[in-house]
Amino acid sequence: MSFGPYLLLAVLEGLVSAAVLALTAVGLGLVFGVMRVVNVAHGAFFMLGAVIAWMVADALPGPPALGFAAALVVAPLAVAALAAAVDFGVLKRLGYDPDATIVATIGVLYIVEQAALSLFGPDARPVQAPFNLRLQLPWFGYSGYKLAVVAAAVVVLLAVWLVLSRSRAGLVMRATQIDGETARAFGIDTDRVYAGVFALGAGLAALAAVLVVPIQQAHYLMGGDPLLLSFIVVIIGGLGSLRGTVIAALLIGVSEGVVSVFFSPTLAKILATLLVALVLVFRPQGLFGRRAA
Amino acid sequence: MTKLLGLQPSRRSVLGGLAASAAMTGLATRFAQAQSSAPIKLGFQLHRTGIGAAYGRWYERTAMAALEVVNAGGGINGRPVEILFEDDGTDPARGAQAIDKLVSQDGCELVFGPLFSHVVVGSAPRAGELKVPYLVCSEGHHVASGILNRWTLQPGITDVKSQVLAMAPWVSDTLGKKVTMIYPDYAFGYDHRDNFVPAMAAAGGEVVAQIAIPPTETSFTRYFPQIPRDTDVIYHVMVGPAVLTFVKELGEFYGSGARPEIFGFIDSLEAVDMASPGLEFLEGTHFWEGDCRYLQADATEHTKAYRAAVGIDDNGASITDSKEVATVAHMFSVWETLFVIKAAMETVDYQGPADRQALVEAVEAMTIMAESAEHPQGDKVFNGKTHQVFGHQNISKVEGGRMNRVYRTEIALGDYPDEVDYTTMSF
Amino acid sequence: MSDTGRILSLHLAVLAALLGLHFVAPPYHHANLARVMVLAVYAMGYNIAFGYTGLLSLGHALFFAAGLYGTGLTIQLAGWPAGPALITGLLAGAAVAGGLGLLALRTAGVSFMIVTLMFAQAGYLTILYFTGYTRGEEGFVLPAAARSIGGLDPTGEAARYLLALALFAVALAVNLGLVRSGLGRVMVAIRENEERSRMLGYDPFRVKLAALAISGLYAGAAGAAWGWLFGYVGAGFATIQYSILPLLYVLLGGAGTVLGPFLGALAMFYLIDIASGLTDAYLMVVGVALVVLVLFAPKGILGSLRERWLRWLP
Repeated sequence: MSFGPYLLLAVLEGLVSAAVLALTAVGLGLVFGVMRVVNVAHGAFFMLGAVIAWMVADALPGPPALGFAAALVVAPLAVAALAAAVDFGVLKRLGYDPDATIVATIGVLYIVEQAALSLFGPDARPVQAPFNLRLQLPWFGYSGYKLAVVAAAVVVLLAVWLVLSRSRAGLVMRATQIDGETARAFGIDTDRVYAGVFALGAGLAALAAVLVVPIQQAHYLMGGDPLLLSFIVVIIGGLGSLRGTVIAALLIGVSEGVVSVFFSPTLAKILATLLVALVLVFRPQGLFGRRAA
Repeated sequence: MTKLLGLQPSRRSVLGGLAASAAMTGLATRFAQAQSSAPIKLGFQLHRTGIGAAYGRWYERTAMAALEVVNAGGGINGRPVEILFEDDGTDPARGAQAIDKLVSQDGCELVFGPLFSHVVVGSAPRAGELKVPYLVCSEGHHVASGILNRWTLQPGITDVKSQVLAMAPWVSDTLGKKVTMIYPDYAFGYDHRDNFVPAMAAAGGEVVAQIAIPPTETSFTRYFPQIPRDTDVIYHVMVGPAVLTFVKELGEFYGSGARPEIFGFIDSLEAVDMASPGLEFLEGTHFWEGDCRYLQADATEHTKAYRAAVGIDDNGASITDSKEVATVAHMFSVWETLFVIKAAMETVDYQGPADRQALVEAVEAMTIMAESAEHPQGDKVFNGKTHQVFGHQNISKVEGGRMNRVYRTEIALGDYPDEVDYTTMSF
Repeated sequence: MSDTGRILSLHLAVLAALLGLHFVAPPYHHANLARVMVLAVYAMGYNIAFGYTGLLSLGHALFFAAGLYGTGLTIQLAGWPAGPALITGLLAGAAVAGGLGLLALRTAGVSFMIVTLMFAQAGYLTILYFTGYTRGEEGFVLPAAARSIGGLDPTGEAARYLLALALFAVALAVNLGLVRSGLGRVMVAIRENEERSRMLGYDPFRVKLAALAISGLYAGAAGAAWGWLFGYVGAGFATIQYSILPLLYVLLGGAGTVLGPFLGALAMFYLIDIASGLTDAYLMVVGVALVVLVLFAPKGILGSLRERWLRWLP
């Protein structure tokens, strides 16, 4: 393939992976930003979303779009409910202690993975995209649904931004994020805010999974990579900055795509990883983060 | 999928109970002529969790099915047989612990069954230290390459080097001369590359590009432009949970446009339903299969009996869930390995741990294994020096959504000079 | 009894108990304890960075792997005798940790966590990239003959256990000495309040770098010992799982306690062992146990004990 189309494909792929990254990271960013706890189970919530998407699509006869639409509703709600239960049953009792939360969410990760393995099985299962469109360019073919994922990411991120910046719930969340003590003093029930944020973060992870699973596949161990990548994106972007999350996702996605044009795959991956790590070394607060006091 | 989540008793205790009740009821009479009627305990190192779990589930079922046949036929040396399964998490460090547990704690006579190469390489030293036979079902070249030890054997499945050597002439003669290889950046991938490149050259072909993909990758399209335009054949072998994405994206990439021939190792799609959306483009492509997933028209009675015993239908899926596709291309090795164990134990009139060395020597002395109920995949030749078995390989073509065998190699095609003589090593 | 007396007797008692177990433990548990002791050294090193200095790293697998491969590759490729190879592995752990620290310690908190994670990931991929030499994820076996040092053969059960115990004892003693030394106190001061210790005239960067290098030395020692004692070297030890394991051990046993890492490693090891004997779905049991444990002992087993009763515990 000549250089032009090759680069076009690399950029397209970079955009898609940026969209996937931003989608999976936005929920973690919320939880991390507001609650300051490391939720190791975030990837497991993502995986659960994908597995539920498969189960719903498998159980519903009819066109794939129907099952997909149902999964878009069912998976985030179910996962958010589970997360709320985890928050209420465990994290609140731990007082959101950062260290104890790590152990507890590792425990949750084990539980969720075992449940998926026992109920869903160890196989990788495909979930059909809601529509089947292939773009045949002169040099290569491309999945239309992948481009739809980019569009969906834009929509989801805009919605989250609107909620955070324009709604009362968003105001309360931001207040809690900036200063939990003061927020409590102003009569905000921070426990409820935390439970809500934790559930919302998990629900967003599940939503991302439903959107992404047609271009990947459901598998009980699929949560590992999204977890790591989400953390990377959120921290590079700057804690608590939605704009930063988006820019970081673009930076990581597109740089991986473009670097892969010039090097062998593994070397490209190594270089892209080091490149992104160095961004953080020389800008420790992240791209859009406030410098810590 | 019908299994209820939660705390069903582990296979360990169930089997113990079964053996106990069997001993008390009528079965006991059949085993009575043995000097000791205590069950012979065999350890199975199982990928129950971790990335090998899809294989592990079917390895377990195959082992159970073979065990039933063995016990129905009077056990081994007149004694009933038990298999104890121990999870290794598909992790080499856990693998060595599993061997310890099976041997030191559970009192198993030997350990068999692991598939993933890193588990085998990580566990084999421990088996050697404990001086217990370790029979692997891995297809890795690690045994025959000579890096392991006298106690480690692979009598159930051909190693990857031999598989690859046997494929090259057919690929060159039938599909095309210029090949691009896509493989995981794993030792397993390197075994494919290092053996296929010279074999292809010897067969008059040429490998024009080698694309080694990091195993952490979940998206592959960006690497496909590295496939040279003049490629006649794409040779792919991928492992891990992302394999389905890989094959789907390959299909999207070429789409309706002209594409090279595609030849893959079924590892890329093992345990994946061929009817999955996005796999339609595989129609007309070819796969290596150790054993055929779909029941072939000329299948032997032994093959049919074996498939019925394990519980797979004509499409290679579970008879209880047609979407649960078995790892047919590899799991026969578990069945055949158990019967190799039985044969060797009967040769040396195995009584207990003191006979472990004799057991290894008995396997080493094996040569021809005829096609039979014990060896349903086909006849094989065992090389006692390299501890490796060699069998027929199958090439199947995807036609109408199923794989039909179009070629079966002669065993000799996969021959290569011995790289080790384990029989000269001490125990 | 004075605190120092109590502390000495407690740790000597633990070592004596481990020595006693050498003679009475059944073979399976004997073999397990040898593994747990090596892993405990790894976790102890992690604790020096995380528990005492407050450096939450997700890249320690890289230091463990540096030790493992520093020893393994020098034996396998360069044909070195085991003694120098072991020392190379040990130093490789410290060198990699120190080098990484020079860059990563420009960051703090969550950024430090992510930078170490990414460097370790790059290290893991590098091992795979050089599969031609390392055999990648499959790894390689160190032959027994190449592992003996002047007649000392680590492949026997007794020798291996005692060598692991010796390593553990040295690591424990050094750890105890470190936390009671001036450097140890400054490490804790920096964990508690970096600004204040800076105002008191300490250079937090240098102290943290020293802590990370010592931590890497421990991880490298554990990695080198693993390869030497158990004879297997593979890329699996460089994956993120092996960075999370010591974190889990430390948090479970009690961050900032000398015996916590050992206790955590032991607890986790036997949690999995016992649960897998009860049910096939044993990860569920492990997960529930972790949640319950942390609810009752949010500061880890020893951390919570210290908070309530044993205030003198180091």
